[in-house]
Amino acid sequence: MNTVAPAATSAAAGRRPWWRRPAQVPLLVTLVLFVAMAGAGGVLYHGFLTPQVFLNLLIDNAFLCIVAVGMTFVILAGGIDLSVGAVVAFSTVLLAELVQRHGWPPLAAIALVLAVGTGFGAGMGVLIQRFRLQPFVVTLAGMFLARGVATLISVDSIDIDQPWLAAVANLRLPLGGGSMLSVGALIALAVVAAGALLAGASSFGRTVYAIGGSESSARLMGLPVDATVVRVYALSGFCAALAGVVYTLYMLSGYSQHALGLELDAIAAVVIGGTVLAGGSGYVLGTLLGVLVLGLIQTLIVFDGELSSWWTRIVIGALLLAFCLLQRLFRRKEIKP
Amino acid sequence: MAETSGTMAASSAISSRWGRGLRRCLAHPQLWPLLTLILLLAGNGLFNPGFLALQWRDGHLYGNLIDIAHRAAPLALVSLGMTLVIALRGLDISVGAVLAIAATVAAWTIGHVSNDGLLPLWLAIAAALAAGALCGLWNGWLVVGAGMQPIVATLILMVAGRGIAQSISGGQILTLYYAPYSFLGNGFVLGLPFSLFVVAAVFALLQLALRKTALGLFVRAIGHNPQAAHLAGVRARAITLGAYVFCGIAAALAGLLVSSNVNSADANNAGLLLELDAILAVALGGSLLGGGRFSLAGSLLGALIIQALTTTIYAIGVPPQVNLAVKAVLVFAVMLLQSPLCRGQLRALLRLRAERRA
Amino acid sequence: MTPAPSAARPVVLQARGLGKRFGATLALEGVDLALRAGEVHALMGQNGAGKSTLIKLLTGVERPDRGSVELDGRVIAPSTPMEAQREGIGTVYQEVNLCPNLSVAENLYAGRYPRRRRLRMIDWRQVRDGARSLLRQLHLELDVDAPLGSYPVAIRQMVAIARALGVSARVLILDEPTSSLDEGEVRELFRVIAQLRERGMAILFVTHFLDQVYAVSDRITVLRDGCRVGEYAVADLPPAALVNAMVGRDLPTVAGVDAERAPPPDAPLAIDAQGLGCRGKLHPVDLQVRRGEMLGLGGLLGSGRTELARLLFGLDRAERGELRIGGERVELKHPADAVVRGLALCPEERKTDGIVAELSVRENIVLALQARQGWRSMPRTRQDELARQLVQALGIKAADIETPVGLLSGGNQQKVMLARWLVTEPRLLILDEPTRGIDVAAKQELMAEVARRAHAGMAVLFISAETGELTRWCDRIAVMRERRKAGELPGGSTEARVLAMIAGD
Repeated sequence: MNTVAPAATSAAAGRRPWWRRPAQVPLLVTLVLFVAMAGAGGVLYHGFLTPQVFLNLLIDNAFLCIVAVGMTFVILAGGIDLSVGAVVAFSTVLLAELVQRHGWPPLAAIALVLAVGTGFGAGMGVLIQRFRLQPFVVTLAGMFLARGVATLISVDSIDIDQPWLAAVANLRLPLGGGSMLSVGALIALAVVAAGALLAGASSFGRTVYAIGGSESSARLMGLPVDATVVRVYALSGFCAALAGVVYTLYMLSGYSQHALGLELDAIAAVVIGGTVLAGGSGYVLGTLLGVLVLGLIQTLIVFDGELSSWWTRIVIGALLLAFCLLQRLFRRKEIKP
Repeated sequence: MAETSGTMAASSAISSRWGRGLRRCLAHPQLWPLLTLILLLAGNGLFNPGFLALQWRDGHLYGNLIDIAHRAAPLALVSLGMTLVIALRGLDISVGAVLAIAATVAAWTIGHVSNDGLLPLWLAIAAALAAGALCGLWNGWLVVGAGMQPIVATLILMVAGRGIAQSISGGQILTLYYAPYSFLGNGFVLGLPFSLFVVAAVFALLQLALRKTALGLFVRAIGHNPQAAHLAGVRARAITLGAYVFCGIAAALAGLLVSSNVNSADANNAGLLLELDAILAVALGGSLLGGGRFSLAGSLLGALIIQALTTTIYAIGVPPQVNLAVKAVLVFAVMLLQSPLCRGQLRALLRLRAERRA
Repeated sequence: MTPAPSAARPVVLQARGLGKRFGATLALEGVDLALRAGEVHALMGQNGAGKSTLIKLLTGVERPDRGSVELDGRVIAPSTPMEAQREGIGTVYQEVNLCPNLSVAENLYAGRYPRRRRLRMIDWRQVRDGARSLLRQLHLELDVDAPLGSYPVAIRQMVAIARALGVSARVLILDEPTSSLDEGEVRELFRVIAQLRERGMAILFVTHFLDQVYAVSDRITVLRDGCRVGEYAVADLPPAALVNAMVGRDLPTVAGVDAERAPPPDAPLAIDAQGLGCRGKLHPVDLQVRRGEMLGLGGLLGSGRTELARLLFGLDRAERGELRIGGERVELKHPADAVVRGLALCPEERKTDGIVAELSVRENIVLALQARQGWRSMPRTRQDELARQLVQALGIKAADIETPVGLLSGGNQQKVMLARWLVTEPRLLILDEPTRGIDVAAKQELMAEVARRAHAGMAVLFISAETGELTRWCDRIAVMRERRKAGELPGGSTEARVLAMIAGD
């Protein structure tokens, strides 16, 4: 057999258990920290460890979850999308405007909103890839544009009382034992599952990872880099539009100032979930965990009830810091040989 | 024959010198932001007669141009700090929060020191700058010491910063009743707003440091290839840390100007979304967001463009919600023009049409 | 095993009259190339001769302005790397252009995954099995799920070759495959090449190493200044003639080590390391280099040579032992500490660790000196003077000193890196694989200047995997093995003795 004997071939004898593989360690760390925080909450606050509390994490953060899945793909490819919050807001405004003020049937309006979001994302993707513009600036300008157009459509908030939408918004799926999930939360779970499948088992997903690892290598390997990058941003736009639909159901209104700062929450969720900002490494399931962690932080603060609003911000910042430092600590130990 | 060929040679030499000079001008990266600004202002002047007028009243120079520059001052200061950080492959999205912290610290200081003489003013300035430097040190330590990615590291202060500012102000907007402090944001020197002098001073200081010392070379080396710079003996970590500290101080200066201008410190709203405008200004000015190539003058131009745009929109009488959309279109246009790929394709397109016409 | 006369072997790939222009530069003109089945064809030429352009044209990265390429008699015109792959041209690049974050199996199957019928999802079991069988063809057993980045360069190259096999390549192009390999790994690679040759593959082998050309190739094509000088059978072209064809003139025979030039044994110590080590990286090592001495440091990849260099230069902190520079005990925490005390390190990876591509030649050359000097900027006239001096001394070919270094060829970039350190007039210059990936003439100019400075009193630590270079240039040779010093040999030792010590006999 071969005479070249690096350390790694000895690993060939027994495949490393999945929990010790480099990419999965941050995921494990996130999970452990999530459990630890949940446990701390259970100890500190009465009534914290009930199933509905955790299901509410999903219900209240469904839109963030959907946006974060799209963001995960963009970050995996080595890019970034700052326009998602604005696209969410735009989608809520467009949906509300079409349904409330122009009497469109809800499903048709939703279909249009999704198409516009996807097209918007694709447009940004073309600018980024074709003209080699920086993703940060292009999506930042996209953010301004989306919010700007949303404000142009309607400066004020549009309340939704269309019966079908209202009914779907209030629909709760019973899960037994008094727990329930909203439609939005189900959509979020479906998006996570689809995203995980796409990332793990489709050539599009694997190409995204390849581009994040080394765009030049991916190109030389013959992978369709340009088309994939455009598709990634289109996917992010789609997710943002879908999240906008879910958000509309959640708030039952369309408003251009909705979801301010959502993009940073999404980035935080993705990073906490173990995806590296430089691209090439990370899991969609990690992003779900990241969203849950952020939601848990908020829930802890709400349960505490005593923290004034400004302390909330400080605590969130401190917890973010602790998370990122711990991640770095564990990462350093797993640097490749 | 010889004479005509001689004059032809001479004229072609002259035209080629002009041609070369023109080409170098066109290739200058700061040409486009300058052109954009001039077009914006000129367009305003056309639609709004009297827009570009300047008047001398009460010993001060008044006019829309002065107004734009004055209002752009805080953004300009923050953009200068941001330019340095971006040039070193970093990013600081906490500048808005740092501005709020510094403004609150200054207001708090004034409120807690007796109102005699100029002591409160100096103390407030010192305290605000110290707060800004401390914030910058914190960001820098997270990036350089803990090795965090800049966007994540500065995200933490961005989230927690306003909370810190609010804890200093006790959750209220602090109002200032101290005349000397008001001078910072509202005073005039030699007929021009004091804020312009602050920006000019910081710009001059930075330019001096970057051009006349080896710092400029080090920054470009680190920005283009931090590994190589480190191996060449350049103290990359110290310089990067210093850049974040400077960025914090610049944000603090901006906080002084902002709070002095309205005589109050609002922890919630002071400097809101400023970081995005600052990064935009830096990008518009021709600096590479990936680090290495940067232009301080370009960032100043970028800040002026953003402010001119806002003013233009007010002046035209268009509803303010158009501001964002127009800002976006403008940014797309400038970015496309700045991209050499796009310019190349445009040139190819124009050549094609010229050929087809011929 | 005498191969059949090459005229009898069928031509697989025929390039005719290829031409390519980049802006004002004519990179290739009228180049023909014929690759035959079951033959290893070497492509040689200096940096800038057009080799990489030719490869780019054959692999679809660029399209030719003129000329044609035929595969099995059929004209092909690949406009993307994927098309070239589909036609059957597999390429292994010098920088092993695979994705280190993906697993081995994925790298082998990227872009052509076998799918399950449901939802067209990737069939990972088939991918893994296929990957293992591909690797087995090269007698390799790897954990195909491990990320490619966890394997050393030599293994990654094998994976790249396996990928080429997987895409059913008829033609395999190897672009400088041995630059990052040590002697054992090169032997492995040649075994694989021989195996592929047996299978009837047409192989194009681009390299700078003359001895490798003669070890493994059947024919040689020489390029010079974008044109084809000629195609020769290996047996018909002795090395001197080959160099002549590449360079266009005869190179003076290398002077090499001159016993009279060696420094006196009582010359002061430039650097004295006693028991210098770092847990997990290097066992305690004693090393001494005298003023004016060139000490060679040999050993396999991973034997600790670069780790030692990093400790000496302050890139890593030594946990054990003492380091004396010029007689004074020092503790180095940062490269700047080392530079201030007269040390210099020319790193192995010039692209990532050495040159700053966007800065000019002048700026790259004065960078370390300026860093040592501190904040006060060096006057521009002095910078120009220093830069011009070094450009001349090393024969750096650049339009002028304001050209960005990224535009220069590999050999000239290496010279700029060396210039940077020579300008600081160091006490000790550490050279880590300085001649890797550069052509014959550049190698000589570089080493000649280093030898001249050594003669003038500069101490040199010369790290190289080529034992031939060590024996030729060095006054003494130290050998590293498995992260400790295996021993020292005096100047004038034979290559065989050095190799024996490296191998551990």
